[in-house]
Amino acid sequence: MTLTMFTLNAFYGLALAMNMFIIASGLNLIFGVLRVINFAHGMFYMFGAYIIFTVTKTWGAPFLVGVLASAAGLAVIALAIERLLLKNLYDKEHLMQLLFTFAIVLLMSDAAKMIWGTDQYSVGYPPGLGGAINLGFVLLPQYQLFLCVVGPLIAIAMWLLVDRTRWGRIVRAATQDREMLSALGVNVPMVYAAVFTMGSALAGIGGALAAPRVALVPGMDATIINECFIIVIIGGLGNLWGSFLGALAFGFVVQFGTVLAPNWQDVLPYLLMLAVLIVRPWGLLGRPEAGR
Amino acid sequence: MSDVLQTMLKIGGLWKSFAGFVATRDVSFELKAGEIHAVIGPNGAGKTTFFNLITGHLRPDKGSVAFEGRDLVGLPPQRIVRLGIARSFQRINIYPRLSVFENVQVALIAHEGQQWNLFRPGRSLHREGTRELLELVGLAAEATETAGELSYGKQKQLELAIALASQPRLLLLDEPTAGMSPQETSETIASVRDIVKARGLTLLFTEHDMSVVFGIAERISVLHHGEMIASGAPDAVRNDPEVKRVYLGNNAHG
Amino acid sequence: MPQRNQLIASAALVVLLALLPLAGSRYAVDLTTEVLIYALFALSLNVLIGFTGNVSFGHAAYFAIGGYTCAILLTTYRWPLAISLPAAVVLAGLVAAVVGYFCVRLTQIYFAMLTLAFAMLVWGVAFKWKEVTGGDDGFTGINLPAMLTNHVSYFYFTLAVVTVAIAALWVICHSAFGLTLVAVRENNVRTGFIGVDTRRMRWAAFTVAGSFGGLAGALFGMYHRGMYIENAFWTESAQVLIMVLLGGMYSFVGPILGAATLHLLQVFTNQYTTYWPTVLGLILLVIVMVLPDGLIGLVSRVKARWGKT
Repeated sequence: MTLTMFTLNAFYGLALAMNMFIIASGLNLIFGVLRVINFAHGMFYMFGAYIIFTVTKTWGAPFLVGVLASAAGLAVIALAIERLLLKNLYDKEHLMQLLFTFAIVLLMSDAAKMIWGTDQYSVGYPPGLGGAINLGFVLLPQYQLFLCVVGPLIAIAMWLLVDRTRWGRIVRAATQDREMLSALGVNVPMVYAAVFTMGSALAGIGGALAAPRVALVPGMDATIINECFIIVIIGGLGNLWGSFLGALAFGFVVQFGTVLAPNWQDVLPYLLMLAVLIVRPWGLLGRPEAGR
Repeated sequence: MSDVLQTMLKIGGLWKSFAGFVATRDVSFELKAGEIHAVIGPNGAGKTTFFNLITGHLRPDKGSVAFEGRDLVGLPPQRIVRLGIARSFQRINIYPRLSVFENVQVALIAHEGQQWNLFRPGRSLHREGTRELLELVGLAAEATETAGELSYGKQKQLELAIALASQPRLLLLDEPTAGMSPQETSETIASVRDIVKARGLTLLFTEHDMSVVFGIAERISVLHHGEMIASGAPDAVRNDPEVKRVYLGNNAHG
Repeated sequence: MPQRNQLIASAALVVLLALLPLAGSRYAVDLTTEVLIYALFALSLNVLIGFTGNVSFGHAAYFAIGGYTCAILLTTYRWPLAISLPAAVVLAGLVAAVVGYFCVRLTQIYFAMLTLAFAMLVWGVAFKWKEVTGGDDGFTGINLPAMLTNHVSYFYFTLAVVTVAIAALWVICHSAFGLTLVAVRENNVRTGFIGVDTRRMRWAAFTVAGSFGGLAGALFGMYHRGMYIENAFWTESAQVLIMVLLGGMYSFVGPILGAATLHLLQVFTNQYTTYWPTVLGLILLVIVMVLPDGLIGLVSRVKARWGKT
């Protein structure tokens, strides 16, 4: 592999990693606080992609408006789901919450078929980001570069929010001890609703940002949810920087796998996950579950 | 008689800390076969941690635990039970959704190593043995009830029956009368003593009620802030200046 | 003893099913064959969920391994059925034992996610190992013994195998082993303190579940004359999980009821609309919101009501 090829692949791997991180970090946040594995997260991502398609292609709005519309759309959907249904399930078994989110997947997949049909769509690169930057030995596409900037920005923003603000302290405390928090007068249901909304909005943003890179088809949610699971598990469930690390590992393995072992690229992420879990059952930065 | 008793449990230099908080500090301890031995100490003295270290629920940071000359450190609970140490828990630890009968029955199945029998119907096994144990702890009438619906005192009795089902030589009871009325307490203690003596068991128990402790314990050890500050016959412990200081509340520097 | 009544009722049901082909409806015979296979699949999963309290989200893996193995041995290697079918069960069980070894180190959600991960790996292998599995074209044209090519004879074959397998599962679930599994489910810590290596018990349950899941898969592949990668996908794992929960996981027969209900509903729904996912989603919402103990739970609640009035 030449230096040019290597740089280009590393770069594409990084861009993929950052896009995946944005999506997976939402799933991870929701799990970290609510202890709910949200199977519908992939569906939220798909809706994010479809919404930006409608907003930019059909209505002709600018790309940025489309991204914001995806975030807002998913926030609204998620808030409605949380307030109307999910909030009644927190004290039930994990299994019931898991099944609930699976029901959401099924209902939303049919809804998507009704709204958008089963055609394949695509979204173009936003103006100004469709070109490439010439480094002399390699041409780096601008949109991927954009993703490489946005990903870390979101990571840092989340870290500041969760680690450096009062709201974040409450959220972290909510992961430790629910009863204690409500005893202290914190409105735990509101914290949960906010976290679920925010995490889901991240799926929407991730979907919107992925839209120029991928084909918009029914079923795109199923692949992404599995990939998000892999990332979150590799990093350690509930750990923000773990997800970041997991996304990087995922991005590079997929990108270089595509080049070096094209027949096995779909299996490589799972192999990566198995390798990590056999050595560290709770993921790279995860800690053993308490109460065993 | 007590002169010929042999050491059953020998603990040396046991340490355990949780995130910097030392719960067990250099504890050494000896337990003679056949004795009734109480571990006392104020709340948070580390009694439950001490039990957890002996029974394999926790692993000590340092130190040795030898049962009949055999090192227990690092063994999982199920191995330690099989060596002859059974325990009850301070917070009720039974099968709340199973019947009282099944609670004991499954413990007997486990004791006989029949958990790997894929063919014999589980509910037909050890019916006699289960009935006897329930009789022994006074739960025969409640056999078909759901364990979680028993009164608190009766759940404690059920814990005892489950522990006895493992046919231990050493029985560890963590606060066997916690949450009981004085009436229930004295009944329970009397029955525990009878069972222990009738079966020739060794009993190590923690207890907060001093009248109970001095009523039945043959030897007493005192834990304070994770340290074993005294161990000996009841009278000696009662008159120990260190123990007096701890229990009389003059522990401003403790 | 209610047990005796259960035995008589089960025998009567088997006899009744055996008479079904006399009615002359190919549709009914095929549908029943499918239900039998799904019933076994759901029951096998329930060893893990209902009895041991471990939610697997990757049970389709063993179904697929059983199905592909039997199909490949019969077709590619031309082995006789009498060897191919047991070999499929053994391989599914072996893979379950290996996967289970890692999974039982974890509990709850972590356990579920790891089972899912392994299952997706199996799916990936089925997808990519084209020379052996046929990849996304599926493995088709399974070479069945001549005596099973008729749909009625295959129905009888399935009925016999499933009856024996369910009987075996019944014995296992009600054995000393099964009762100890329930103890593990109800209180893992306490079960350690009565002298049971709970991790090994969960491991054993995982292996048993995988083996019987493999048997169901083998029957499925032969019935359809083909195995497809969709059979290994996580949605298949979700589907069988829903069958278990719909029927009721804390009862032995619950999953059978759930499998029959869900499969028949799916077949009938698909005759009228393409929106089966919506119907399934609504069913799930009902389970989650009002029927956590499944249809069996509903039945016993209705019974209790009747008994009181």
